[in-house]
Amino acid sequence: DQVLHIVPETFQQVQHLQLLHSTLLLDLWKPLMPEDIMAGEDLHIRVPAPLVQEVKDILDQHMISYRVLIPDVQELVDQSMPRERSSHKQVLEDYVYTQYHPMEEIYQWMTQIQNNYSELVTQHFLGTTFENRPMYYLQISKPSNKLKKIIWMDCGIHAREWISPAFCQWFVKEILQNYKSDPKIRRFLQNLDLYVLPVLNVDGYIYSWETDRLWRKNRSPYENGTCYGTDLNRNFNSSWGSVGVSFNCSSNVFCGSAPESEPETRAVAQFIRRKKSDIACFLTIHSYGQLILSPYGSTTKPPSNNEELIQVGNKAAAALTGKYGTSYKVGPPSLILYNNSGSSRDWAHMIGIPLSYTFELRDNGTYGFLLPANQIQPTCEETM
Amino acid sequence: ELRSELCPRQFPARRAAAVAVALLRYRRGGPARALRLRELRRARTEDIKDVGHKYYLELELEDVLDKDSTVNCTAEVLYHLGNQNIAPDVQFTLEGELKSTEEADHVFYTRIRSLEKELVAENIPDSHGHVPPELEPIHLLAWVASGYLVWQNSTENTEFQLAQVKHVKQVRRRDKYLQFDFVVLLHEMVSQ
Repeated sequence: DQVLHIVPETFQQVQHLQLLHSTLLLDLWKPLMPEDIMAGEDLHIRVPAPLVQEVKDILDQHMISYRVLIPDVQELVDQSMPRERSSHKQVLEDYVYTQYHPMEEIYQWMTQIQNNYSELVTQHFLGTTFENRPMYYLQISKPSNKLKKIIWMDCGIHAREWISPAFCQWFVKEILQNYKSDPKIRRFLQNLDLYVLPVLNVDGYIYSWETDRLWRKNRSPYENGTCYGTDLNRNFNSSWGSVGVSFNCSSNVFCGSAPESEPETRAVAQFIRRKKSDIACFLTIHSYGQLILSPYGSTTKPPSNNEELIQVGNKAAAALTGKYGTSYKVGPPSLILYNNSGSSRDWAHMIGIPLSYTFELRDNGTYGFLLPANQIQPTCEETM
Repeated sequence: ELRSELCPRQFPARRAAAVAVALLRYRRGGPARALRLRELRRARTEDIKDVGHKYYLELELEDVLDKDSTVNCTAEVLYHLGNQNIAPDVQFTLEGELKSTEEADHVFYTRIRSLEKELVAENIPDSHGHVPPELEPIHLLAWVASGYLVWQNSTENTEFQLAQVKHVKQVRRRDKYLQFDFVVLLHEMVSQ
């Protein structure tokens, strides 16, 4: 539903609007009574969603100008409702994928996903964070005799990039809800297994909900507890510590005390190393920037399969743009973003995984890390 | 005159474009107008001996409040050699006129003047990216002001964006001007 703001200019326009109100039974917010609609005075009127286009067409026909005051009434209603998060029992059918969820709810969601789709999904323990929280990934796998290649996707390595875990949850939902009806997805799962880690940096994510929305790193202490956090995407063993990092804990790109010094990094690295010969594609999801980044960040020297990497990347970007026109750029960060070392994407490629990408989702800086929840749906739809 | 063509996709050109747009936003922006870079069409660079690096840019800008409204712009950005504390020199020329925001500006002005208590707000956008509609002009003003901060603090190795308006407080004045004190958080892309 939308609320439109109109200032009628003539008495004739007033009459048109009164007629519109009575025939379509629209909801007048201001003034309260249709008789009080006057030329030169503000009119606020709520239009139910199915009638929005029709009403706008009629207004255009009569050359009555309007402005959308509230583009989505339901959203405002949801936001203003007091939500008892802790006592409220979560039900999977009611899970709102177009809102950001705190870690507690994401943990619950994973359990529920496994329960509801047990023929396809198993939840696995990957490791523990510094603050002793479990890291879980979901394995989406159609049981079969043949050994299948793996696609790995992790989200939320940087705490403040909330759109990233939102995307992982959306992705899982899309695959599972449409598995039965979509032949493309069925064929996909016939040949590939999906491993999805919805939140890699659990401690950081919780910290960004409870204390500092713009926190990036994990929460391990350094310098006798006077300084916190390693940038997990500088902590992998790929030209570690060489460029685009800081050795000072207070920096947002502190690379840790050594490659894989952080428990979160180790948990991922140990797992990927074990499975590397079966992993066809490694994806790590970030924001913002609207970029599809291929290796490497530490050097402009192209990787051995650069042509293939760029070609696949370009196809992905084209498909993405095709949905809502959002433009994404493709290339290595050393050319199109900034130099950095120790990233998970570079490391995955260096240990032999052929296709390795970092996705930087919406937007381009207008909201940056604070992407409004109403962009979750279009961002996720185009990225699918 | 030795100007070499740059790939607009690559970061040196992008950073220069970001600085040009920041200054432009500061000079031409307001509570009802915020200009943003839509596309960097072309970029060339020139190394000026003993002076610094100059970038010649062709930009397409869009109005955040009216995405269909775009305007072309040419800009020159000169990063000075050596002293990193001097702001880059920026010149720009807009092709054509920007849409007038006189009416919206007037509405904003009257609304603020008619407030009983001085406006105070924080965390714009909030954690969920939400900006209440009545604070949108304040948000844009902060973005405009941050254009000045970005321009003043930029070097060839930085790329700043406004991350969040932490706090805003209206300061009462006896004259006809409106005054707001902002605390803003800037995000530095390169060292992020």
